[in-house]
Amino acid sequence: MIALVSLTIALPFCAAFAGMLLGRRLSRTLSARALPAAGSAAPDAPTTPLPAVVPDAAPAPGDEARVPELSRLAGPDLALRRLPRNGPALIAIASTALATLLALIVATTVWLDPGTREGTLTLVPTGTVDIAIGLQADGLAALVGLMVCLVALAVQIYSVAYLAEDPRYCSYAAFVSLFTAAMLLVVYAADLLLLYVGWEVMGICSYFLIGHHWEDRANSRAAVKAFLMTRLGDVGFLIGIFALGIGAGTFSIGGVLDAVPDLPAGTLTAATLLLLAGVAGKSAQFPLHTWLPDAMAGPTPISALIHAATMVAAGIYVIARLYPAFWAAPASLTVLGIVAVISMVGSALAALAQTDLKRVLAYSTISQLAYMAAGLAVGAQTAAVFHLVTHGAFKALLFLAAGSVILVAGSNLLGRYGGLRRTMPITFWAMTVGYAALIGLPPVSGFFSKDSIIEGARHAAATAGREGTGDTAAAVPDIPGGAAWAIYIALLVTVGITAAYAMRAWLMTFFGEQRGSFQAREAPALMTWTVAALAVPSAVLGFFGLGAAELRPHLVSAGLALLWAAGGGAAAYLLWNRDPARDPADRLGPLRTVFDRAFYLDELYAALVVRPVRAAARAVVVADRRGLDALVVGTAGWSRRAGGALRRIQTGNAQSYLTGLLAGVVVIAAGVVILL
Amino acid sequence: MHALYPLVVSALLFSVGVYGVLARRNAILMLMSVELMLNAVNLNLVAFDALWRDRLHGGQLLTLFTIVIAAAEVGLGLAIVLLVFRNRKTVEVDRLTELGEARRDPAEARRGADAETSAEPVAAAREGDGP
Repeated sequence: MIALVSLTIALPFCAAFAGMLLGRRLSRTLSARALPAAGSAAPDAPTTPLPAVVPDAAPAPGDEARVPELSRLAGPDLALRRLPRNGPALIAIASTALATLLALIVATTVWLDPGTREGTLTLVPTGTVDIAIGLQADGLAALVGLMVCLVALAVQIYSVAYLAEDPRYCSYAAFVSLFTAAMLLVVYAADLLLLYVGWEVMGICSYFLIGHHWEDRANSRAAVKAFLMTRLGDVGFLIGIFALGIGAGTFSIGGVLDAVPDLPAGTLTAATLLLLAGVAGKSAQFPLHTWLPDAMAGPTPISALIHAATMVAAGIYVIARLYPAFWAAPASLTVLGIVAVISMVGSALAALAQTDLKRVLAYSTISQLAYMAAGLAVGAQTAAVFHLVTHGAFKALLFLAAGSVILVAGSNLLGRYGGLRRTMPITFWAMTVGYAALIGLPPVSGFFSKDSIIEGARHAAATAGREGTGDTAAAVPDIPGGAAWAIYIALLVTVGITAAYAMRAWLMTFFGEQRGSFQAREAPALMTWTVAALAVPSAVLGFFGLGAAELRPHLVSAGLALLWAAGGGAAAYLLWNRDPARDPADRLGPLRTVFDRAFYLDELYAALVVRPVRAAARAVVVADRRGLDALVVGTAGWSRRAGGALRRIQTGNAQSYLTGLLAGVVVIAAGVVILL
Repeated sequence: MHALYPLVVSALLFSVGVYGVLARRNAILMLMSVELMLNAVNLNLVAFDALWRDRLHGGQLLTLFTIVIAAAEVGLGLAIVLLVFRNRKTVEVDRLTELGEARRDPAEARRGADAETSAEPVAAAREGDGP
């Protein structure tokens, strides 16, 4: 069992290096073999299936209208034909597909026979607390691991077409594989430090992939921003791991959780709060969330894989994994809940006014991750994990469908779409399912997961005041009643806002008249069918939750949420219907700018952090140049001057040298005689 | 015989030799002064040999060695002096200062000082290396 799990991790890992080193050679070999067979039918088949084209296929946020060239649209269609000869793609897809199969076997086994399977390869002695190189597979890990593999597989297939003309596709596919391996390591790790290794590898992969089109300065800046902000949280995360590990005397997750009841409350609260810093960084929660919208500078499949479905979910996953520790520290859960409330409402409002489709989805990701965080804060762990999985499915679907739209329209801007319903029917229906899941409309998956979180919050809010009522169906963590109520209300309000911005994006993309000048057509087959395939889990995943009592819909919460959703959606529709050519967000008036700039948080950080740090850096440079360097350079000057003084006596007259010598001897002799 | 007499004589001889080496300009006279110093040493050696009645006469033997070496040394020295004279047409020791620090005229010295204060150490070093 554990061998299967380790193989699941090792496959994409090896594929990353194989793809990077051998990918191009493989495609050369394959095309060399295929060319004689193809004969003159494919005279344009180049020796390498990746023609070196200046990569302007980069969908960057705020990009002005890029006229879609015919070659760019023709290119992806070639992708499917070229797939059998595309070495990097074959390596990446084959390994990911195998890993998916293995993850499926693992998940099935765990499902049939629940329980935790653990295996330790070796113990790394460190002198104090040993590090165990071990993996484990329980229900949570198997489920999330399967989700990660499926999304990664979809993204790999999709990217073949999306990045067909990218000269760096080879390294791209390799990094996606490496990322998959790292995420699987996080999911299956049985040791906190092993988990941290995967956590950091994901961070660096995210950095590379956001900056994939580094020719544009803004992209590499976004990559650096994402890297630095997540790193900021990771510092806390690492210290939190140390606090937990040293407190419990072991880094193994099972051992730590076993030791939780014996740990002092202070240690536990401090450790979990530190872990929360890392979670906020990785899962893009307030106040470390500002990197995620900028991370949309990466290729769209990357946004789907990393910044929507998997990596950002890692933070939530870690809380779920260490949930008993958080449960024992209600202060941390309260903080988590408040952070979730702020992230949820704030980013949903920000999504309302974005002009860039990918940024709308990015803010909705923050908002949905906050849902999971809120679910965890109120004790609805199963519901939160359920929402993590459904969100992985429908957000990957939304991003990949958005990628199709972006590729066809040649722009990220909502204002340039319109009327794509007829020309892109598959994408339209898939995206409709995705948006319905995002809002939480029955019967698609988002409804069930979101509803169970809301129900959990309602339950927590209702029982918060009453202590010691042990007959409740689900236990509730000991968080203050005010916080529980705030979470409950925020969840409901956010449903309404979510409905409004999803409705707005949906209407502006697919309805009305086409506003941009582009030739509307369905996206390449590889992309369209991947999107269509993802629509299936997004639609039906919810029914799997009916098996568990705490995941069944509850009448009150569902009704309230649907009421809010209907209100938000109707408001967006009515505003849009007055003038379909205009952006409904224009009606927000002066608030629109505030929402569009995400409450000026970036500007605030720039003023509070970036500028002081830059000023300090400049001061350091000046101090270095004027102080330290001047000292070093000055030494040379002083030596030269001292040397100049010595130079005077070097006259070349041997007799004066001798005289000096003799005088010295006399002085020494006299000294010896006098002193001794 | 009292030991003082040969000692005083040899000390005088040595001092005359030192004075000659340090003060005479002529290279040949410097060599002669060196000989005076050597002979002062010889005198000492012989004197102490006689004074202590050394049965092996180490002092006298050593003196013989010194005389031989001094002869060789003078030969070498005179050869050097001859070559110097052929090259330079002079044997004045205080004129033979080519190995010393180069003398610069005042203008050049000022320029060198400027280069020293400037922030270009390589250029300054190159300036300093020049004649």
